[in-house]
Amino acid sequence: MSDLRRSMLFVPGFRPGMLQNSTIYGADSIIFDLEDSVAVSEKDAARVLVRNVLQELDFSGTEMVVRINPIIDSPFGKEDVAEIAGVRPDAFMLPKADEEGIRILAGMLDEIEQKEGFEQESIKIFALVESTSAVLNLSSIVKASTRLAGIMLGAEDLTAELGIKRTLQGNELLYARSHLAMVCKSAGIDAIDTPFGDVGDQEGLEYDATQARSLGLTGKAAIHPRQVGTINRTFSPSPEEVIYAGKVVAAVKEAEKAGNGVFALDGKMVDAPVAARAEKVLRQAKLAGIEV
Amino acid sequence: MRNALGRELPEYIAGYGEVRPFAGAFAHAGEINRKAVKVKGDWSSPNKVLDSLGGALEKCGLKDGMTVSFHHHLRNGDYVLNMVLEEIARHGIKDIKVAASSIFPIHQPLVKHMGNGVVTGLYAGYISGAVGEAVSRGVLKNPVVMQTHGGRARAIEAGELHIDVAFIAAPTCDEYGNMNGLEGPSACGVLTYPAADAYYADTVIAVTDNLVPYPACPIEITQEYVDYVVPVELIGDSAGIVSGTTRITNDPAGLKIAESAAQVIEASGLLKDGFSFQTGAGGTSLAVAAYVKEMMKEKKIQGSFAAGGITEYMVEMLEEGYFRTLFDGQCFDLKAVESLRRNKNHQRMSMSMYGNPSNKGAVVNKLDVMILGATEVDLDFNVNVTTNSNGLLMGGSGGHSDTAAGAKLAVVVTKLIRKRFPIVVDSATTVTTPGETVDVLVTERGIAVNPLRQDVLEKVKKAGLPVKTIEELKETAEKLTGVPEKVDFKDKVVAVIEYRDGTVIDVVRQL
Repeated sequence: MSDLRRSMLFVPGFRPGMLQNSTIYGADSIIFDLEDSVAVSEKDAARVLVRNVLQELDFSGTEMVVRINPIIDSPFGKEDVAEIAGVRPDAFMLPKADEEGIRILAGMLDEIEQKEGFEQESIKIFALVESTSAVLNLSSIVKASTRLAGIMLGAEDLTAELGIKRTLQGNELLYARSHLAMVCKSAGIDAIDTPFGDVGDQEGLEYDATQARSLGLTGKAAIHPRQVGTINRTFSPSPEEVIYAGKVVAAVKEAEKAGNGVFALDGKMVDAPVAARAEKVLRQAKLAGIEV
Repeated sequence: MRNALGRELPEYIAGYGEVRPFAGAFAHAGEINRKAVKVKGDWSSPNKVLDSLGGALEKCGLKDGMTVSFHHHLRNGDYVLNMVLEEIARHGIKDIKVAASSIFPIHQPLVKHMGNGVVTGLYAGYISGAVGEAVSRGVLKNPVVMQTHGGRARAIEAGELHIDVAFIAAPTCDEYGNMNGLEGPSACGVLTYPAADAYYADTVIAVTDNLVPYPACPIEITQEYVDYVVPVELIGDSAGIVSGTTRITNDPAGLKIAESAAQVIEASGLLKDGFSFQTGAGGTSLAVAAYVKEMMKEKKIQGSFAAGGITEYMVEMLEEGYFRTLFDGQCFDLKAVESLRRNKNHQRMSMSMYGNPSNKGAVVNKLDVMILGATEVDLDFNVNVTTNSNGLLMGGSGGHSDTAAGAKLAVVVTKLIRKRFPIVVDSATTVTTPGETVDVLVTERGIAVNPLRQDVLEKVKKAGLPVKTIEELKETAEKLTGVPEKVDFKDKVVAVIEYRDGTVIDVVRQL
C-alpha cells in the first residue's frame, strides 16, 4: 500500500496540453485515460500520444497510471498494454475489472517485463470495479494478482446497474464503499473512492470525500484538477491527528525504554496497532507536506 | 549604444530622431514644462456643428505632414479612425502621422494608407491585428513610436508629441462640443484616453452619432476645448466596443496560476484594510481578483480602490463593498458603463492622472498590487508584451510599465509555456517593462521572486509557497520545449519602444 495516494486525477489521453500539465495540480497519482474519455476513432492516436508523453516528459515525483480499455470483449485493451508497457508507467488501471481480466493483464506484464529486462512486478495494477458481481467478488479479485496496488470503485456503472440514482447523501454507496474498504485493508492495498461528478460543487465534493474517508477508503478519484485540493485536504491527516500521533510515537519510545508493552496516554490505551497507526499518520503528514 | 538594460540601440533613428537611452525606471523623475497651447477665441457662432468630415478637414486646415490623434475607447468597434483617414486620403493629403492611443484589428484599412504614403508615422500604446503585422513587415515609412498610457499623456503635455488635430469619437455630444461616453448607440463609458488630446491639440473635432441639445449632461470633455462637432451616422459597432467577453477563466492551469498569485498577495502582507489593486481583463487576471475577493471576505477587509480597465467583476466587487471606489480608465463592458452612470464611487481617471510619471502624483503611485501579463520574461525579470516570440508586433505596454513602476507589488501571471514557446527566456525578444519594476513571476509550475525584492522572497517562502529561481523556471520550460532559435530580424527599426519617461527602452526591427 502506498503511503500517500489521496487523489488520483483522470486526464483525457487525447489532449496533449492537459497531459503535459497534468502534474501541476498536486495530485498524488495521475491517470492518463484511454477508455471513456477517448472516442473509438481516436483510440490509436491517443495510445501513441500517451506513450510518447510518458517517454519524453519528466513526471518524477508523481505516480503515473494509464487507464486502458477493457481487456476482455474489446481489442483495444491489449493493444494499449502492448504499446505502452515498454515505457514503463507506474501502473495500469483495468476498467470493468474481474479476476480473469486482471490475470490476463498480469500475464501480459510478466512477459513484457521479462522481455524488456524490467524488474518483475514493477508495473502495478489498479482494478476499477463497477458492477454488482465485481463488488460481490472483491475478495477473489483482490487475490487475482500480487501486482494489485489498489481498487477503485466506479459508482456510475454500478448504480446504473442497480437502477438507482446517485445522491449527495451517498447512502446508496454505503455497502460498496464499506465492503471495498474492508477487503482492501485486509489485503494491504489502497481503496480508492469513485469520482464526484459535479465539478463545480466543492462543498458536495468535500462531503462526499469525508464520507468515503470515514468508511475507511484511502483516497478518491478526481475528474477535474479543481477537485484535487479538496480531496488532498480531506484525505490528509488533520492537525489534531498529527499532534496526537506525535504524542503517541513519543510515548511509545518512552515506554520501550521502560520496558512497557501497553500503556495509557491521556486515559486511552496505546498498544501495537495504535502505535503503528500513529507512525503511519506521521509518514503521511510528512509526504503531504504537513509540518510534523 | 546600449541602454541601462544592455539593449543595443542606434544613436539616431531616421524618422524618429535622436535616441535618449533608457537609464533606469526612476532616473528621469525631474521637472518638465507643460506645453503652452495657442487658443483662438471664436464668438462668431453659437453652434460648432459642421456638415461633414470633409468640411472639418478644410476648416481646420489639415495639410501634409500634420499629426492627427484618436482614442480607443471604442476598441475593436471603432469606425472613426478609418472614417477620418479615408477622408484625408480623399482630400489627397499625405505624410500624416497618426497618434492613436491604441490600434485594433478593425483598423486594418490603415495598412492601405501606410502603403500609399497617406500615413507615414504612427504613435500607439498598443497595436494588435493587421496593422502590427504590416509594421513588422516594414510597410510604414517611419518607425512606430510605442508609448505607455502614462507616457503618452506626458509626451503630449510636454509638447514632445504635438497634435495638430484631435478627432474625438464622442458617443454623446451637444452642438457646442460638450461630450460624454455614457449615452447613445455607441456608449463606451469613460472618455479618459483623449483627455490630453483635448487639452493640448491645436484643433479638437468631436465626431458623434448622438448629437443632443445643449447642454449635454453629464459632461466629461468640456466645450472650451472643442472647436468643431461633426455628426455622422455611426461612430462604432457596439458589439466591438463593449464586448462582454471578459470572464473568469475555466482553464485549470489558469486557475492554479491565479490562486498562487492571490497567495503571493496574501503573503506580501499588503492585503489589509485600504488595500488597492489593479488587474487586467483577461481570464486569468480576473481569476486573481476572484481569489483575492475570497480572502478579503474571510479577513473582512475593505480596499480603498481598484483601478484600470473596469469589468463587470470589478463593479460587483465595488457594489459588494470590497472596494470603496473604482478608478476607471476604460469600460470593458455594459455593466461598467451602467455603474459609471449611477454610482458616484465609480470614478474617472485620465491617463495623466493614471500613469504620467511627470505630474504631481499618478494613481499608479498609490497602487498596492498590480497583476500583469507577459509574452516573455527574461532572467532579469524584464517583460515583453510588445512582440510575440516570433518577433511580430502584436501588443504594447498600455498601462503595463506605468503600473509596474508605481505598484508596491507588481506580479506577472503567465503560463510557463504557451503554444510550444517557453515564456521565461535568457533575453526577451523585446523589452517593454524593465525588470527592476517587476517583483514576482507566477506560473503554473512555480513562483519566482525578483532577487531585488529579498523582503518579498522571504515572505513568500515563509508562507510555504513553491518558490523557484527564475533560472529554474527557465530550465523547467526548456525541458519541455527545447530552446527556441533566435528570431532573425532585418536591420530596419520598425518600432521604437519608449519608456514612460520618453527614453528608449528598446526597438523592434523588421521581420
